[in-house]
Amino acid sequence: MTPFSQLLDRLIYTPARNTKLALIVDYFRHAPDPDRGWALAALTGGLTFPGVKAGAIRELAMRRVDPVLFGWSYDYVGDLAETTALIWPERRTNRAWPTLGEVVERLRATARADAADVIEEWLDPLDATGRWALLKLITGGLRVGVSARLAKVALAEYGRVDAAEIEEVWHGLEPPYGELFAWLDGKAPRPDPKDKPVFRSPMLAHPLEDSEVATLDFGAFLAEWKWDGIRVQIASRGGQARLYSRTGDDIGGAFPDVLDHVNFEAVLDGELLVVLDGEVRPFNDLQQRLNRKTVTAATLRKHPAFVRLYDILFDRGEDLRALPLTERRARLEALMAREAPRRMDLSELVEFSDRGELERLRADARSSATEGLMLKRRDAPYVAGRPKGLWYKWKRGPLTVDAVLMYAQRGHGKRSSFYSDYTFGAWREHPQTGAPELVPVGKAYFGFTDDELKLIDKWVRDHTVNRFGPVREVEHALVFEVAFDSVHRSPRHKSGVAMRFPRIARIRWDKPAADADRLETLEGLIA
Amino acid sequence: MATPHPESWVEVRPHGLYVVPGGFYVDPLRGVDRAVITHGHSDHARPGHQAVLATAETLAIMAHRLGDQAGRSTQALAYGEVVRVGDVEVSLHPAGHVLGSAQVCVEYRGSRIVVSGDYKRRPDPTCAAFVPVPCDVFVTEATFGLPVFRHPDDGGEIARLLDSVRLFPDRCHVVGVYALGKAQRLIGLLRRAGWDRPIYAHGALLPMCALYEAHGVALGDLRPATAGAKGLPKDEFCGGIVLAPPSAIIDRWARRLPDPVVCMASGWMRVRQRARQGGVELPLIISDHADWDELLQTVDDVAAPEIWITHGREEALMHAASARGYRARALSLVGYEDEGGA
Repeated sequence: MTPFSQLLDRLIYTPARNTKLALIVDYFRHAPDPDRGWALAALTGGLTFPGVKAGAIRELAMRRVDPVLFGWSYDYVGDLAETTALIWPERRTNRAWPTLGEVVERLRATARADAADVIEEWLDPLDATGRWALLKLITGGLRVGVSARLAKVALAEYGRVDAAEIEEVWHGLEPPYGELFAWLDGKAPRPDPKDKPVFRSPMLAHPLEDSEVATLDFGAFLAEWKWDGIRVQIASRGGQARLYSRTGDDIGGAFPDVLDHVNFEAVLDGELLVVLDGEVRPFNDLQQRLNRKTVTAATLRKHPAFVRLYDILFDRGEDLRALPLTERRARLEALMAREAPRRMDLSELVEFSDRGELERLRADARSSATEGLMLKRRDAPYVAGRPKGLWYKWKRGPLTVDAVLMYAQRGHGKRSSFYSDYTFGAWREHPQTGAPELVPVGKAYFGFTDDELKLIDKWVRDHTVNRFGPVREVEHALVFEVAFDSVHRSPRHKSGVAMRFPRIARIRWDKPAADADRLETLEGLIA
Repeated sequence: MATPHPESWVEVRPHGLYVVPGGFYVDPLRGVDRAVITHGHSDHARPGHQAVLATAETLAIMAHRLGDQAGRSTQALAYGEVVRVGDVEVSLHPAGHVLGSAQVCVEYRGSRIVVSGDYKRRPDPTCAAFVPVPCDVFVTEATFGLPVFRHPDDGGEIARLLDSVRLFPDRCHVVGVYALGKAQRLIGLLRRAGWDRPIYAHGALLPMCALYEAHGVALGDLRPATAGAKGLPKDEFCGGIVLAPPSAIIDRWARRLPDPVVCMASGWMRVRQRARQGGVELPLIISDHADWDELLQTVDDVAAPEIWITHGREEALMHAASARGYRARALSLVGYEDEGGA
């Protein structure tokens, strides 16, 4: 448990991605098998102990601690596992620290009723950090800010292989991942996923810059709408079907309404959307379905999921990725005609004769369900990663408003000495008094250069009117031109609207705050 | 004649704890005629007293920090030496908190009270170790008066810092420390762990370090942390350790340092939420105060039937002391800080 608990203890305080990677790679280098495999499972969310509940932790604490002192301590610390870890009065013991492997294997073999006794034996030899890590691990709440994707990137860095290679074998493997580490250590061949429905790294697009539009050979490309959902991969093989996010997370548990209709053996690429009565719903509706492990019947009815398909990677066991797009497209159309799966359809091609026509189509389309166009080279194979010149996303121009800076918050990591997160507002009349007031409409922390950040930081410090911990309220005197992709109604926000992808486009040092935009302007842009 | 209970001759007044038959306060919160000072931290050693009694080290610290406000007349008392003040006898005993820190022992007609000031029980290379003094009433602090505060071994914390320095050789580690006590102890611990490279310090820490050295506490190669336009090239700090006051570690001052890993040395770092709020990346649980176990151990060691608690989280310590059979009372003295740097 020592290296693992030290790792978690560092990760929980570390905001920077590169630092997290360095810490995890260092752990993989030094921790033994099978501990590091179990740690990998814990970090990627693949380790659960359904037999242990938070209530058991409290009971355990009560075996040793005065309840009055425990109550005051819990009030102060605010976290049950942490309070118990810190307060635990150790008894002398001859037991050694348990290894992570021991903890996992023993707990899995322990009946629910005996779990507390087993845990109590481990708490004595451990130190406070070890106890905290143990209790967090077994109650399933690590929350150390590491995504499954990040853990796999660390793994790739450790083994000096491409992250895509990890993804391709990942879903065919089981903790504690002995085969995987043996491969990365150069002691065994790459594991063969055989006929398991593993994730294949997707092909990604570059944004089409304005400067490239004039020279691009549009005739070599197919065009599709760029749907505003999330990228998914349906992998079906050996009678099993999985739904993966763009980063290879298995999200199928929350989308039975799609997976239940997989009646083919193939790997398909498409966009996950909410489609109700034949109409694609705004991204906000899809948001209700994301980041959940399961889904309720009511949500399934209210926000039914749907996949709009645009590519095929495998047809049964046949790898199609080396074929040109036009041939893959034909294979996808054939599969759809043959199997006609429900809750899925083909992403239609946008017909165009020349660039001018396509530009007009892009500018006119203000549907809430699309963000612009995709351009894909007709002769391109399916290449994992973000190859140059093959796929482009050609988003329609962003919307902008002029908003007034209201609050600034300190950033994290490298930006911790800067006020770098900005909440900005638009004007409206106060509902009762009719006086003009600002109401927050969004928050952004990028879009400006490092030099501009220094200037804004100084401005914030010089114009602070109030402080709330890391947040400063400032004079209503600095205007930002805020760019965003779209705006939606949102009952959760005081202003009633929420922006998608807001970023600072320009700092309007010249513009008086009173001339900034009004809330009605934003409401008028709701798609 | 029966020995008078300290309750009858020691009072809690608005300015602080007052010894009536001696005519003096201990660590008063405002300028008074006669003050006995336990140690040099600014919440205990305040400006504007007429007469001050303290250890020579504490007097030197006060003179440095308060200048002509450090007391009109001063009297130095060595540890263990006894002096008569009014009708009482006063002696000072090591408290192990910072250089010169002392417990104040006051004896009146055979009745004895010991005021601990702030104290710790762990060995500290920069100050004399705490000595338990048997008494009738022990007046204790309770900064870390909750059973969740149990400081780990400081050697282990230094090892974590050095391990991080090894893992990130291109970054610098900036450690938030209080100028008096924590800074010098951290340097001392690093030296003991074998770190013999230069240690860099924010300008606000250097005078106190010089004062420690003048009192015989060797700190090794210590250099001002002036990087950037006027000072050293930024690269000088790569793989280095820089000490700075807590207020500077995540503010503009730290921008001169190469991609700093923000560390903080304090007993409060034991609680994760508290460390995270402060933007700390590597919390080091190193405290100059007694932890929970040491508070209770000290109560047992001094064997006083009665415990008074000056400041901190007194309710939990009262509860635990009562459960052990001691009479416990909270004085609720306000004005001693819940020190951020504890």
